[in-house]
Amino acid sequence: MASLAATFGRGAMTNHWKDIKNTDVVLVMGANPAENHPCGFKWAVEARDTRGAKLLTIDPRFTRTSAVADRHMQIRPGSDIAVLGGLIRHILENDLQHTDYVAAHTNASFIVGSAFGFQDGLFSGFDEAASGYDKTSWEYERGPDGYVRRDPTLQHPRCVFQLLKNHYSRYTPDVVAQIAGCTADEFLAMAEIICSTGTADRVGTIMYAVGWTMHTVGSQIIRTAAILQLLLGNIGRPGGGINALRGHANVQGATDHAIVAALLPGYLKVPLPQQATLADHVRDSTPEPLAPGSVNYWANYSKFLVSQLKSWFGEHATGANDYAYDHLPKQVSDATWLTMWDQAHQGRLEGFVTLGFNPLLAGPDVPRLLQAMSNLKWKVVIDPFMLDTAEFWKAPGMNPAEIDTEVLYLPSSHWIERDGSFTNSGRWAQWKEQAVPPPLGVEPDTWILSELFWRVKELYQQEGGAYDAPIQHLTWDYLNPRLPTTVELAEEINGRDLSSGRLLSSFGQLADDGSTASGNWIYTGSYTEEGNQMARRGTADPTGLGMHHDWAFAWPANRRVLYNRASADAGGRPWDATRAGIAWNGREWIGDVPDYGRTTPPDAAGAFIMTAEGVARLFSTDLVDGPLSEHYEPVESPVRNPLHESVPINPTIEWYGGIRETLATDGDDFPYACTVYRVVEREHFVTSNVPRLVETMPDFFVELPEGLAREKQIENGGQVRVWSKRGSVQGTAIVTRRIKPLQVDGRTVWTVGIPVHWGFVGLTQGSMANLLTPFVGDANTRCPEFKSFLVNVERADVETA
Amino acid sequence: MAISRRTFIKASVAGAAGISALGFNLQPAQAAVRQLKIRNAKEYRTVCPYCAVGCGTIAYVHGSGGLNTTNTVIHVEGDPDSPINGGTLCPKGASQMQLAISPRLRHQPLLRRAGAADWEEVSWEEAMTWFARRFKDTRDATFEERDEQGNTVNRCTGIGWVGSATVSNEDAYLISKTMRAMGLVYYDHQARI
Amino acid sequence: MADTLTIKRTSGSASAFIPMDALRSSGPEYSKLVDISRCIGCKGCEVACKEWNELQSEPTANFGSYQSHKDLTPNTWLLMRFNEIEVGENLQWLIKKDACLHCEEPGCLYACPAPGAIVQYTNGIVDFNQENCIGCQYCVTGCPFDIPRYSARTKTVSKCNMCIDRVEAGLEPACVKTCPTNAISWGSKRDMLAKADKAVETLKQRGFQHATVYDPSGVGGTHMMYVVPHGDRLADYSLPTDPTASPAPLTALNFLKRIGAYLFGFSLVGALGHLLAFGQESPDEHE
Repeated sequence: MASLAATFGRGAMTNHWKDIKNTDVVLVMGANPAENHPCGFKWAVEARDTRGAKLLTIDPRFTRTSAVADRHMQIRPGSDIAVLGGLIRHILENDLQHTDYVAAHTNASFIVGSAFGFQDGLFSGFDEAASGYDKTSWEYERGPDGYVRRDPTLQHPRCVFQLLKNHYSRYTPDVVAQIAGCTADEFLAMAEIICSTGTADRVGTIMYAVGWTMHTVGSQIIRTAAILQLLLGNIGRPGGGINALRGHANVQGATDHAIVAALLPGYLKVPLPQQATLADHVRDSTPEPLAPGSVNYWANYSKFLVSQLKSWFGEHATGANDYAYDHLPKQVSDATWLTMWDQAHQGRLEGFVTLGFNPLLAGPDVPRLLQAMSNLKWKVVIDPFMLDTAEFWKAPGMNPAEIDTEVLYLPSSHWIERDGSFTNSGRWAQWKEQAVPPPLGVEPDTWILSELFWRVKELYQQEGGAYDAPIQHLTWDYLNPRLPTTVELAEEINGRDLSSGRLLSSFGQLADDGSTASGNWIYTGSYTEEGNQMARRGTADPTGLGMHHDWAFAWPANRRVLYNRASADAGGRPWDATRAGIAWNGREWIGDVPDYGRTTPPDAAGAFIMTAEGVARLFSTDLVDGPLSEHYEPVESPVRNPLHESVPINPTIEWYGGIRETLATDGDDFPYACTVYRVVEREHFVTSNVPRLVETMPDFFVELPEGLAREKQIENGGQVRVWSKRGSVQGTAIVTRRIKPLQVDGRTVWTVGIPVHWGFVGLTQGSMANLLTPFVGDANTRCPEFKSFLVNVERADVETA
Repeated sequence: MAISRRTFIKASVAGAAGISALGFNLQPAQAAVRQLKIRNAKEYRTVCPYCAVGCGTIAYVHGSGGLNTTNTVIHVEGDPDSPINGGTLCPKGASQMQLAISPRLRHQPLLRRAGAADWEEVSWEEAMTWFARRFKDTRDATFEERDEQGNTVNRCTGIGWVGSATVSNEDAYLISKTMRAMGLVYYDHQARI
Repeated sequence: MADTLTIKRTSGSASAFIPMDALRSSGPEYSKLVDISRCIGCKGCEVACKEWNELQSEPTANFGSYQSHKDLTPNTWLLMRFNEIEVGENLQWLIKKDACLHCEEPGCLYACPAPGAIVQYTNGIVDFNQENCIGCQYCVTGCPFDIPRYSARTKTVSKCNMCIDRVEAGLEPACVKTCPTNAISWGSKRDMLAKADKAVETLKQRGFQHATVYDPSGVGGTHMMYVVPHGDRLADYSLPTDPTASPAPLTALNFLKRIGAYLFGFSLVGALGHLLAFGQESPDEHE
């Protein structure tokens, strides 16, 4: 999501599930929604059949999504940027962009400083020793008024539009074909459809998921797609957008509420060590407007953060003590998933708590994870079911006697035994009722957390210890302090006016003077004096566009399509009156909840209120690995990088100790590209407890192209062994024509596919796919590179357990 | 056997009468089929626990909710009112009843001691005492009030926390509030992987 | 007491051949419509069928396919079949919902000698009643679609009952309700035919020149129809090109005469006769 925020200002699916029915072109790439989001995918099929929309898939495999698509193109895992870059070039070479949109709503006209450049695979400012960029040379050129200099004619050689044109000019159809393994003709046929939406009366959407994020260039893949959609004028419009499909029931909500390394709820930031005071932190977190008319909504950062501190520390947060700013921990240099387990691997973590999560199966390089877990002093696993993670000391090949880690398993209640809300991919927070109580012996997560909190707090009261003020001062005004109700928590998240005690209805009411409290500003309005907005069940759809404003609550402010100001032209007229997002009627905006002031005239402010520019960023300095994207190979690749052999892979990757030795090198015999995925009958690991799902997809399998299977004398339904430099798996071969051999850079590349759902605890056991995957992640987000690595395969005649 | 629960009223009688006469019996006959199993169930509106489409579901529950009764889920299917899924569910959603009432759900805290080859059962009281003790001790042992540059950092670097994208917003918020107050920094969930 | 459904035909009786409703009008005939072009093969229907009908899960093993079971079983009334074919240069992954089609002229019912074991209702549903089943498996041979499955354990035959309990209560069958992509629809046969025609039209616009509605006249039409994108390649979907079911009343009446007395006794004695029948019934006796 880092790339969406870098481009548009917020990191979330721009549109929502039902909105997909409004589109003319659906590009499914880096996702397989027929498998992973079938009930949301219905809206793509609906668009295909009712609007005549074209449904396209680009994927290393012909998937169940491809089965109902109009057109499918197979590419090599890890070649996405080449394909998307080729599409950008196709648009710019053939003048297919939505010109008025680009002029009104993007930074195409912004002029970048003269020091910026790109050569031999590196952007300007690369520091080899630090494996990173000094971004100074990527900055815009400022005019005397302090604002960025712009050229509305888009002719200036250093304006973003020209930089874009120049940068992507290298991605010709032949280069795309050379990297991705498709043919130039196949690519052009796809390009013709995808790039057909750069007009006012057509709109296209992109559905993507972890097939994009899980690469060492994951963020930049998504950036490339965002640039593509901006050029085509598809952001902010019904039927448009770039739609990140989330994989767990409340991934969006858990991200919004910031169970995330460097974030606080509402996309506020965990302070950095050098930000000694609240003012320092607010200053660093509050961008300056870069263009006249920029709403620059993050200028309100202090209101959101102070309200959150009031919510957490109550009367102990005052103007005099910086609203208890020092009660917040400061960031370490990185604290994301891979870094955490690397710390454990180095023996630098003592304790670990996992809640509703099975890290041993979910993470890359299982052998390394097993070692990391064995190095912990203690581990607590909270889940309704027994997990492989809790029984890691029983994993195949482990000797319990040699493992000193103490493990506590706590059985918690599950979704149907507790009320509360889930926020779906489309940002709709939907309230769920409690259907039955937790059974005897089982406790809700809320109770476990509260009990832990109180017991630790009491231990500090009895014994003293390290800085316990934040614990002693934490607000806990719940009627039953050992089990806060979800309603109490929902009200706290929403926030109150502290003088009147009344629930707030909008984050516009938040203040930074200590007079308001709100646990998470983007949810302000979700639980108001009018009641629980997330529990609303009105089904009316007056726009006919599936917005359903009376159903549940969509953050922010019940807005259904983000950036919807861009659904209208500079004068406030919808690009397409049959699919209007919002429209200016001379006095106010009507339609969706405007992502803009309701009565702010169309020419008074920029359409993208969350960016300092006031427009969306085709060129963005937010990511660490470049203001534009570039094709780099996966860290394990079967081919060279034809664009720049000296910089084949992302130069800004963080290398954890000892990892390079776990990667295949030229001398090793790992000739095949491999990718890991889910199937519809399973969801990660919990479904291994469900007999009907085990029945419908019983065994771990390996999908193999026909030709490769023939070469290796592997029969359909027979056993096959697959191994990488890190581990080995064995399962049933599904020999298929749905994966073809590709001609990449003059040689044949085979792709092998492996599902992720098996482990050693469950109704049926099977190989852990992540025995194979590399412990390396995206340069920005550190999402591991699950989607592209190298393996070898052989026929396995002896079945092993 | 589930498939033989129908009760026929007249079918076999009509059949026998027809055959006995070896003639044609044109009397329309009626048959009652097995009763709808959810007919007297209470309905609770909930949301599917799997992916993030957010399908509305209805849990059908038996039990009066009276003081002496523990209600039981008997069936789950899609909520036709939901604008997102309109009552539809994928195979995972369609089988969530088996998740809800699985015999594999655990009801007992377990502790695995250092070097042990198996779990031992512990009470919740023992479990939470153990948990709080370890948590506090590690926090005390690894807490950093200042970093090497002398900046106030007030962080606990010895405990990692992951999860979860499967809990409600309300619990997710409470986890963040509590764990950040504890000073945790190694802190993440499924969005990353 | 639940509401009742009106019987149209009953096996092992004259009404098998001269429908009971010949003299009266009846309510709507229902039909499922399976639009194969919208099916993603998610098996939501397969699971929802088992879930609603409380059919026990069976041990399965991956046999080199996304398909769960090799074939229908007495406990698996609905199976998604997967088949990869080439159409021109394009790969097509054909995914077909395999289950009872609920024929208007039900070959299973015509072939069944056991009174009341197979019943057709005026709404179009053909239902097996295991209490009256004698395990002879004539229905299996009578079915042109190879749908009914015999259980050696229960000594009865079973198949999809169109969730008759749901339909009676005014609900759609479980597979229909759950289908994520609206590949399965439910409504009156007339409405479903209209929807099918529209779907075929859409497919033709999308370049599927041979798209067709599968509602074979040889069995009087079916109450589960298909929209087939590649109508010229029915065999690739495991759909028979020209299925038939002949009532052949004279043959059947002769048959009835021969065993009429036996059946009469069986029918009245009910459960006891049912038990006795197990040892005595074998297909050979009737040939």
